[in-house]
Amino acid sequence: MVEMKSISYLQAVTEAQREEMLANPDVVIMGEDLALYESDPSYLQGANNKQVWHTPISECGFTGMGVGAAMAGLRPIVNLTIASFVYLASDPIINQAGKLHYMTGGQIKIPAVFRAFYLHQGSNAAQHSDRPHPMFMAQPGLKIIAPSTPSDMKGLLKTAIRDDDPVLLFEDAVLWAKKGDVPDTDEHLIPLGVADIKRPGTDVTIVTISSCLYHGLKAAEKLEKEGISAEVIDPRTLAPLDFDTILESVAKTGRLVVVDNANRTLSAASEIAANVSENGFDSLKKPIQRVTTPDVHIPFSPALEEQFYPNADKIVAAVKRII
Amino acid sequence: MPLTTDQKAEAYRRMYTVRQFENAGVQNIKRGNIAGVCHSSIGQEASSVGACMALAPDDYLIGTHRSHGHLIGKGANINRLMAELMGKETGVCKGRGGEMHIADASVGALSTSGIVGGGIPLALGAALSAFVKGDGKVALGFFGDGASNQGVFYESMNMAAVWGLPMIFLCENNSVAAVTSAENTHAERDIAKRAEAHGIPNIIVDGQDVEAVFDATSEAVARARGGEGPSLVETKTHRFDSHAAGLFFGDHRSEEEMRRVKEEQDPVVNLRQALKDSGLDEGKIADIEAGVDAAIKEAVEFGLSSPYPDAERYSDYMFATPVRANYQDLR
Repeated sequence: MVEMKSISYLQAVTEAQREEMLANPDVVIMGEDLALYESDPSYLQGANNKQVWHTPISECGFTGMGVGAAMAGLRPIVNLTIASFVYLASDPIINQAGKLHYMTGGQIKIPAVFRAFYLHQGSNAAQHSDRPHPMFMAQPGLKIIAPSTPSDMKGLLKTAIRDDDPVLLFEDAVLWAKKGDVPDTDEHLIPLGVADIKRPGTDVTIVTISSCLYHGLKAAEKLEKEGISAEVIDPRTLAPLDFDTILESVAKTGRLVVVDNANRTLSAASEIAANVSENGFDSLKKPIQRVTTPDVHIPFSPALEEQFYPNADKIVAAVKRII
Repeated sequence: MPLTTDQKAEAYRRMYTVRQFENAGVQNIKRGNIAGVCHSSIGQEASSVGACMALAPDDYLIGTHRSHGHLIGKGANINRLMAELMGKETGVCKGRGGEMHIADASVGALSTSGIVGGGIPLALGAALSAFVKGDGKVALGFFGDGASNQGVFYESMNMAAVWGLPMIFLCENNSVAAVTSAENTHAERDIAKRAEAHGIPNIIVDGQDVEAVFDATSEAVARARGGEGPSLVETKTHRFDSHAAGLFFGDHRSEEEMRRVKEEQDPVVNLRQALKDSGLDEGKIADIEAGVDAAIKEAVEFGLSSPYPDAERYSDYMFATPVRANYQDLR
């Protein structure tokens, strides 16, 4: 029986990286201002540490370097920091990392992890607040994880570092301080592509992406008081998506609400809704509802920004539209 | 260090192989045996082969969209290269990459980039891997004058220099994009000067002279292997053909100018003459050529007689470790 311990979401990132670096000298970390994005950066220090590369502000260059290093046998973790910066590294991620295993007929492996976090909900305005996971979900060849709990973060990130394909990790910065129980072992691994039913229910399925989980759970509590039983599912991996678990749930509940902090058009919520309409239409009693941010830039002023994101009340309202 | 006669003969064998491989590629485009286009490197053989001959077999190489000569220079199997051009299952990339994206990991040629400049940071990463692992390898990244105007070139030079990584920036400067002359696009046409600003040792050589390219690259390789960091070698070279055979446009350069360049600066013809001048028997040269001609004929036959990939296997190699198969839906 493995003991549990309570750690934060950011601690889960740090523990996963530190443990994998200690276990395997091929695991290297590179990126900008690395120490800022760790719960305890002390493991990144030390003279002549060939596993840590503090890079210049050259996103395309150091991400391409990470891809090349992966092709030549290392297992890099490339920290792109704020998710809005990932656009600068689109070529190495989309054209190189995502495609080269295929284009070389399987000769080349790219075991790289690209870290990025959503810096939304804090008056950081439109150039620092993006949630761009849908853009990358549309690129074949990439695996994408978006964990919502410390346990999922640690288990999925460790699996991602050991995986032989490129994996994008989208962290939600609003969760960094959030604590949760994690198995106290260096071998806590969660498989990619497997959704988790965070709360079982029978009347409606609420699928939540990343930090939207907590709004979904809060909404489920509110609904329970009104006699509505909601099942809350976190896909955890966005590419490939575990549609089976979602379809199975919808077959039971007949109703689906999908919650995603991304902009509405072509969001992860849209893709999940499309798939369920295509493959689970006969189960549906009412139309699928999406709860997302509008197709508007994230504004600076808190007076404007606060209302943008999914929350428990919006989810409850969506459920009530279809119950 | 001058090439020995044997090395020169080997250089000639490789350069003549590149020349004939490209001729066969263009011919088979015209015959409809190759789909898409063929980026011929005819005219640039000395640059490609001279640089590759300075590398050890397991050193890393990252190429460009015009890399047939780079892979042949590095020793790739030409049967599998030709089969790749033809989109066959026996191709070096199983017909998934095609002529613009050939790679042969068995000779250290990890990838070639259809995105101009996209390969430069990958070569930097391969150099980083060699540095971290301390395995004594070096990484050579080919790129052209066009890629030298991409920001990632400067980003990569900066990082290579900051950390002293074992990388050779090998710029094949043929002074033309698809059709646009570098005169119109380059504020400074000597790419080597751009390395100067990063404190990177650099040299400009005659890219039509295989010995000059080999010498300069060998020095750069020795520096990289000796822990002295990156270098840049710029070869001034000439692309004889248009951007690619099979395209909707041809060559926009002056015919007269190109005729003069081909007459005076053909690296294969000039090396052949140099071999004769250095006393190599005409019969030996003819033997090399006959051997290459037979190998090219065999490569074309191998490609033509090989099967196409099974259409149902279109999603093979999407992932090294596939998780589930949603992406396989063809509907």
